[in-house]
Amino acid sequence: MIINHPLLGPRDAQEFTYLGDAGLMNRPYWLSETALQQFHDYLYLRQNPAGEHRELWFHEQGDRSWLVVTRNTVTHEILKVELARDVALANRAANTPQEALQ
Amino acid sequence: MRYSAFGLIKEALSGHKGWRPQWRDAAPKPAYDYVIIGGGGHGLATAYYLAKEFGGARIAVLEKGWIGGGNVGRNTTIIRSNYLLDGNEPFYEFSLKLWENLEQDLNYNAMVSQRGILNLIHSDAQRDAARRRGNAMILNGSDAELLDTAGVRAMYPFLNFDDARFPIKGGLLHRRGGTVRHDAVAWGYARGADQRGVDIIQNCEVTGLRIDGGKVCGVETSRGYIGAGKVGVSVAGNSSRVMALAGMRLPIESHVLQAFVSEGLKPFIPGVITYGAGHFYCSQSDKGGLVFGGDIDMYNSYAQRGNLPVVEDVVESGMSLIPALGRARLLRSWGGIMDMSMDGSPFIDKTHIDGLYFNGGWCYGGFKATPAAGYCFAHLLKTDRPHETATAYRLDRFMTGRMIDEKGQGAQPNLH
Repeated sequence: MIINHPLLGPRDAQEFTYLGDAGLMNRPYWLSETALQQFHDYLYLRQNPAGEHRELWFHEQGDRSWLVVTRNTVTHEILKVELARDVALANRAANTPQEALQ
Repeated sequence: MRYSAFGLIKEALSGHKGWRPQWRDAAPKPAYDYVIIGGGGHGLATAYYLAKEFGGARIAVLEKGWIGGGNVGRNTTIIRSNYLLDGNEPFYEFSLKLWENLEQDLNYNAMVSQRGILNLIHSDAQRDAARRRGNAMILNGSDAELLDTAGVRAMYPFLNFDDARFPIKGGLLHRRGGTVRHDAVAWGYARGADQRGVDIIQNCEVTGLRIDGGKVCGVETSRGYIGAGKVGVSVAGNSSRVMALAGMRLPIESHVLQAFVSEGLKPFIPGVITYGAGHFYCSQSDKGGLVFGGDIDMYNSYAQRGNLPVVEDVVESGMSLIPALGRARLLRSWGGIMDMSMDGSPFIDKTHIDGLYFNGGWCYGGFKATPAAGYCFAHLLKTDRPHETATAYRLDRFMTGRMIDEKGQGAQPNLH
């Protein structure tokens, strides 16, 4: 698989380390009333779709950036690559009440 | 029809015209007491033991494709009972005991071959770990022998003993481990279950679960609605998709594992060799092909095929252990989809929905578990209580802190 890095251009997927579902960027708020259940779900439960999947790839043998890669898990086709930093900033701009507390 | 030497001779002399299909091609009935989703090794074994050990009932196995076309037809056929932890070892030992009696039980030649499994040791720390594992195995009624370098050399003189990075310092030998003909396992269980009245319904994909008031009452399928008293889901590789029909999320990711077969060679590997340092395992089939595998592809996949970098990685590992492997041609490779669970251990449990049961999360160890998983799942379906060897395989173990982290990798499914 070739991952089209937003800064470096096309790179072989072997340069990357895979972490899993991009939802792992959205850490639950630790002082929430339901923090225990939320952290359990965050750590262990997965949607695990057959089809489009947003996931985290770390460019370990490159510029060490984190990417959010949208990939089809049935065909291995890569549909979109974003810098995880940009995604995180966009999430923060959306400003959910939970994050406002943090 | 029972198989026998006499029957074989009779058929040989009469042109093999008397063989009949091994199971009926059943059409779905309106309702069953038990519906097993998934006609793989585990689903068929569950139906077989449910019908045989736990009393007569109306039982159906629903398979979206054909029998034996899923993971039971896509593995490297190894059976073993060499686990360390209390939650695991009694279960796999129970499974190995069922394997040892499988052919007599099913009256079916599954080619169970206890050719021995050797886990290689490359350092003092690994020797300590192997000694501890061996002791745990013996305490749980399994067998283990610690070999030194000379012992390994006597068995497998062609290994790369003087590898600079991973010199072979010995091995943990599990003599009762071995291999089984995987297709025959599916066919044998299918035949056994069919003879006891189980309807095996092929080309019948489950598209929905009908749940009423927190209780399951049937399944929607591509061949119409089927009512069910209890539904057991046993669809490794597709667990997340099927359980999502009941609105559940699981502690599972789907990953692809590739396996490989070389051209046929004269017999030179009598047993199974595993090489933890390079993550490579190899055995030789009865047809002479070297059957081997290594790491998963590391990312979520439902593709049933892998990518080339892992092919290269596995073959490199293999050649660092068995240099002669470089002379053999690789005939074919294939990929299977596995449920990689968050602690590397499986689930056999009830769900919060009344009448809905789940068996899955076997990572890449589902094949060796087939008989015990079937037996324990049947036990759970019938009695609503876990079998004594499978009490630890709960879905809520992450919440209660009772993980079975055999490999010590934590919640990293792609590292198990």
